[in-house]
Amino acid sequence: MKYLIVILITICLNANSQETVYPAKEQKETIALTNATIHIGNGQVIENGMIVFSKGKIVDVRPSAPIADIKVIDCKGSHIYPGLITSQTDLGLNEIGAVRAVLDVRELGEINANVRSIVAYNTDSKIIGTLRSNGILIANIVPQGGILSGSSSVVQLDAWNWEDALYKADAGIHFRVPNLVARRMWFAASTQTNPMQNALDRIEKLRQFFYDAKAYYAVEKPEHTNLKFEAVRGLFTEIDAYPNINWKGVKKQLRIQQNFYIHAETVKEIQIGVEFAKEFQFKPVIVGGADSWMITQYLKDNDVSVILNQMHSLPVTQDDDVDQPYKTPYLLQQAGILFAIGDVDANSRGRNLLFNAGTAAAYGLTKEQALQAITINAAKILGIDDKTGTLEKGKDANIVVSTGDILDMKSSNVIYAFIQGRQVSLDNKQKQLYERYKYKYNIK
Amino acid sequence: MRIKNIKLLLLSFFFITYLSAQETYPINGTSDNRIEVYAFTNATIIQNAQSTLQNATLVIKQGKIIGINIPVPKEAVVIDCKGKFIYPSFIDLFSSYGEVTPTRSSPAMFFGARQQQFISNKEGAYGWNQAIKPEVNSYLNFQTNETVSKDLRAIGFGAVITHIQDGIARGTGALVTLGNQKENFELIKEKAAAFYSFNKGSSTQDYPGSLMGAIALIRQTYLDAQWYKSNPPTEGTNISLQAWNDNLLLPQIFDIGSDKYNALRADKIAKEFGATYILNGSTDLYQRLQEIKATKAAIILPLNFPSAMDVEDPNDARIVALADMKHWEMAPYQPAMFEKANVNFALTANGLSSTNDFLTNLRKAIHNGLSETTALDALTRIPATWINVYDQLGSIETGKIANFFITNDNIFKDSAIIFQNWVQGKKYIVKETGWDSYNGQYVFTINTKGTTKFFEATIKGNPEKPMLSLKPYEDTVSFYPTLTINNQLIKISWSNKTDKGKQNNLSGIIGADAWAGNGYLADGDVITWKLYAKKEVENNNSTKKLNTDKPKDSTTITIADVVYPFNGYGWKEAPKQEKILIRNATVWTNEKQGILENTDVIINKGKIEKIGKNIPITLDLSWKVIDGTGKHLTAGIIDEHSHIAITGGVNECTQAVTSEVRIGDVLDPEDINIYRQLSGGVTSSHLLHGSCNPVGGQTQLIKLRWGKAPEEMKFEGADGFIKFALGENVKSTRNTSNNRFPDTRMGVEQVYMDAFQRAVDYQKLPANKRRDLELDALAEIINKKRFITCHSYVQSEINMLMKVANKFGFTVNTFTHILEGYKVADKMKEHGSYVSTFSDWWAYKMEVQDAIAYNAAIMQKMGLTVAINSDDAEMARRLNHEAAKTIKYGGVNEEEALKMVTLNPAKMLHVDNKVGSIKVGKDADVVLWSNHPLSIYAKSLYTIIDGTIYYDREKDIELRKQIAIEKARLIQKLLSEKKKPSSFGRMQPARPRLDVINECEEDHKHSHSIFEREDEF
Repeated sequence: MKYLIVILITICLNANSQETVYPAKEQKETIALTNATIHIGNGQVIENGMIVFSKGKIVDVRPSAPIADIKVIDCKGSHIYPGLITSQTDLGLNEIGAVRAVLDVRELGEINANVRSIVAYNTDSKIIGTLRSNGILIANIVPQGGILSGSSSVVQLDAWNWEDALYKADAGIHFRVPNLVARRMWFAASTQTNPMQNALDRIEKLRQFFYDAKAYYAVEKPEHTNLKFEAVRGLFTEIDAYPNINWKGVKKQLRIQQNFYIHAETVKEIQIGVEFAKEFQFKPVIVGGADSWMITQYLKDNDVSVILNQMHSLPVTQDDDVDQPYKTPYLLQQAGILFAIGDVDANSRGRNLLFNAGTAAAYGLTKEQALQAITINAAKILGIDDKTGTLEKGKDANIVVSTGDILDMKSSNVIYAFIQGRQVSLDNKQKQLYERYKYKYNIK
Repeated sequence: MRIKNIKLLLLSFFFITYLSAQETYPINGTSDNRIEVYAFTNATIIQNAQSTLQNATLVIKQGKIIGINIPVPKEAVVIDCKGKFIYPSFIDLFSSYGEVTPTRSSPAMFFGARQQQFISNKEGAYGWNQAIKPEVNSYLNFQTNETVSKDLRAIGFGAVITHIQDGIARGTGALVTLGNQKENFELIKEKAAAFYSFNKGSSTQDYPGSLMGAIALIRQTYLDAQWYKSNPPTEGTNISLQAWNDNLLLPQIFDIGSDKYNALRADKIAKEFGATYILNGSTDLYQRLQEIKATKAAIILPLNFPSAMDVEDPNDARIVALADMKHWEMAPYQPAMFEKANVNFALTANGLSSTNDFLTNLRKAIHNGLSETTALDALTRIPATWINVYDQLGSIETGKIANFFITNDNIFKDSAIIFQNWVQGKKYIVKETGWDSYNGQYVFTINTKGTTKFFEATIKGNPEKPMLSLKPYEDTVSFYPTLTINNQLIKISWSNKTDKGKQNNLSGIIGADAWAGNGYLADGDVITWKLYAKKEVENNNSTKKLNTDKPKDSTTITIADVVYPFNGYGWKEAPKQEKILIRNATVWTNEKQGILENTDVIINKGKIEKIGKNIPITLDLSWKVIDGTGKHLTAGIIDEHSHIAITGGVNECTQAVTSEVRIGDVLDPEDINIYRQLSGGVTSSHLLHGSCNPVGGQTQLIKLRWGKAPEEMKFEGADGFIKFALGENVKSTRNTSNNRFPDTRMGVEQVYMDAFQRAVDYQKLPANKRRDLELDALAEIINKKRFITCHSYVQSEINMLMKVANKFGFTVNTFTHILEGYKVADKMKEHGSYVSTFSDWWAYKMEVQDAIAYNAAIMQKMGLTVAINSDDAEMARRLNHEAAKTIKYGGVNEEEALKMVTLNPAKMLHVDNKVGSIKVGKDADVVLWSNHPLSIYAKSLYTIIDGTIYYDREKDIELRKQIAIEKARLIQKLLSEKKKPSSFGRMQPARPRLDVINECEEDHKHSHSIFEREDEF
């Protein structure tokens, strides 16, 4: 393994500053990765398999066999995974948490329907490289603030600018359910006011907003264009779920254009959010969902999917199972709920997504299920499963190669990554500083 | 015949008939001196908890008791107390009656931003700290307050010690009686006790900003006051220190607030300075009864039991901690538990949201096993004795102040009513009606138009609300008129049998021999009426005695067990040291032998006794055998940088140098994160002060002995350490209008230079110097008796601190966090420091923009001893995984990676001779993992400390089941409590027990859990 690191480092040595870590050029030649354990992402594993991709798309996945006339990269002993997807992050909006000047996460205002994360997404963020080199290739960039934070967009993590980065634009609107449980003693202590009232009042205003939006849409040519209403049309609009598929003779599958992301943790918060979505026939996705395991049947009945914040959290109450956050994915899986695992850690900055999934695997999920929670499940929830999330023919060649089990830090070691067939750099600022001081101390 | 005593009632219509004239005061009008001799006859007199006199006479004169069972003096006003009980009035040691408690005014502001206040803003020749005000004498401010005294008299109190409940040293309290005469008469003793607390109250000064700061301040003040006795010319006059010394001669009452562990903290201070504290307690002391008993301190117990939580909504029930539910159930048992444990205690009405709850809660405590004698003692003799006034108050004895109250019954019974509370021989009426019980058989006559109709009449029921029934002589059926008695006035009314709309209304007055009056019948007839006795009714009250039974057996009632700690995961029965054989495990020794496959380890008497393959052993039941096949045994994880298990704040930010504060003073053994981290294999944690100042407080190394008392958690014999910090936090980066030096890294160096130079000079001073706890700690560093762990990020300042250390001849023991350590690894190696870092944190603040995940690997390769720490309650649960990241980032070998969370932190904490590896003779602090210990799939199956299994994954399932059962039982109990009429308006809303999450800085906010807060002081 040490040798692999050395090889890797040799590859990186050419680059000696973050500024010369270039986004990769379009895939020109067909590439085959061979002799590896291929984790398709749909639960299937191919031992000693090979994957062939061309012009950015996967063209073949099968057991390894000799192949001529294309570039072959021998990945003997390695594991190949779909590019990992982080389902909610402030990547590119938050460069250094404590420095206001480099924060573009939280806009002022209560109902920011028309605020778009994508335009602030900084492709030159030094954080991005540290995710990419861990195999995280796709991210959903989520704005914060207000009760309606605005829209998130999905990006791929190897781009010159946000336009290049875009993978799916404005794909969801974020509703932050106000706290329904007093979290601070003195709020609850006041008996004069109902601690929930303020929250319910805020939600009522949002409800009014959506009713007004519906009324606005009923007018064919409104006198005044309302940017906020225009921005959430997608919540009410059904579109072709798989635009690349020829539906001839088959009933077209439709999906709602924009997801309704409900940021909620406790049972009541989740239920209020889901009922709100039902009222307007939105597509609900719970984000956070610390207590989602307590109401799995309800979530199932209402076809709600869940993006869990991260496994590396403390239990909600001191009487809870101390491992409850680790076990929640398993309980959702058992209940047949579509869920993804996230990593919103503000200190390690999102690069431990894979180890959060690994923890879920230690507490009930199979490794393939844990992998799905950061690949295909996430893709399905984000509405990009037509393009990515598994290593299946026809999908984008978003591929990660690790020398060992990618979910376990002691073996997780990414040696190649491809986004849309482009071999992306695994270099980053941290590796460069590592090199700099190895050079200083003359150590290997 | 019960109809009597009327004249006596008529004697006073007001709370007090007249005011005593004070000799020096001029009179406007006519002087009105009276004899003021009263005799209370035929009473049951409870002289004290031990002695009750039946059918006795009490004589008082001008406010004093002049005799019991003596002939009634001619000049006495006689009050017949037949059927009445006379009790010595209660005494409350902890009151603020007649005093105004100041509130904190808004802090100093500078262009809208908070500025620190470094010294007291109290003008005059006082001390430097605004929270130390021993010079306050509450008697100077005392003003009678009829609204408050009336409430206190109504619950039986006759005297209190009142003080201004504000500050850490609060000055003196005065003994006052609860009458409404001029203050001159109510004030019995000007300085009856001196008061202290951990709460700085209205002080606007920043220091102390934490509980440990408050404790340090008290310590330093003891020393300063002692030193001040030598009249040091460098101090001038210091009224505060003088008063402090003067107050030491008084009884010392220490308010511990609402945290039981504060009782132990106060006791520690008392023992250190030879003081004896009376502790004003909290309702949760029973949760550490043995430790509190061991202090031998006198305790004042409050009766402000928590009200029931409204858990009707199951989602609310979920968030209420089992510990809070249990406490609701158990708090009313506290006085009985103290009695059973033979702990001396007094009772107080302090803390009750309504004084009316006092008797209710007192009776609840009696119902729950507190004996009546102890209760009475705790309200009379004991408090009087503690403040040395038992010769004046606290019992009904000749010569004492005439403070007593009169009831209809045993005061501890629910039905008892206080009629009158006499304070200094002055009568205060609590309740007029019911003094006389009119219960009995009567003849009732109605006279109309010359004819008289006779009825058999019966009065029964509660004397306050008597019920009348009438039966015509010729009839067999009774009817029940409404009887209303208001003092002497009577109304009787009833409706006609046939026509309910028709009312008969009578009125009258209670006369000496009979009740009589007039009225109208429904048909319009004008009548007169009369009610007179048929025969004498047996007074069954006269034989009642004080219930001296010992606490009632409460086995029929299911209540919670006290668990240790008082938390859902607390132990009913604490785990014990065991003889343990771990068979056939993969043992990571951290020693020369490396990793041993298929190896047995024997643990005995808390130590590792033997390591080997197939150790022959004769097993019997005394052995705990654990099959280690396929499992991995490692040394317990040691977290070099932790802030769990600390209460009252981890930061004393208020000065640049606070080496006098000690984390060891403020341990919180109840923190659920102790248990959670045990589940992640942590056995020892180094608890640090925060990082907001260059020289922080003294640290504490603990073992995670879940369930033990604070002192028992401490790692025995470990060297003392101290927290230092560099960078953004210490220069108050986040404060836009900082006024605390330093504001730059340039200033940080000078803080150190100055502090150590002062310490050097201090050591040269003669023996009679003022002892300075801050400089003591710094001198210890210079003398290599105390060791630094320094929060550090950027290379420049790391380098700087090493140069400062070189100048003063010591070594910076540990650089913690040390995220740019890789840039100066060579220099740290040369200096001889240890390093302790995060595995992969970065970019949460400016000074960590160059942090790299390869840091640990580079430093390790440079020959430094490297630890991986958490600084985080959540991450500490998986430090083995954090260590494993050094394999990924930099290719550290597996054994070395594991050492970064075991042996290496042990080395830097100077305890590697005891822990950190699996070696015969070392402490049996080990973890058995389900898997390769560095794998993400590894879970701790057993976490063992000193040969005691503190975490057992199987047992954890049991604990969770118990939590569920116990919670379900308490929820049912709370639900039925809510249905009781007495609970109306008294339920408290469901609230989560918030996780106290301490971090050394505010800018790496980590999403830990939904309900969390940073500890506040």
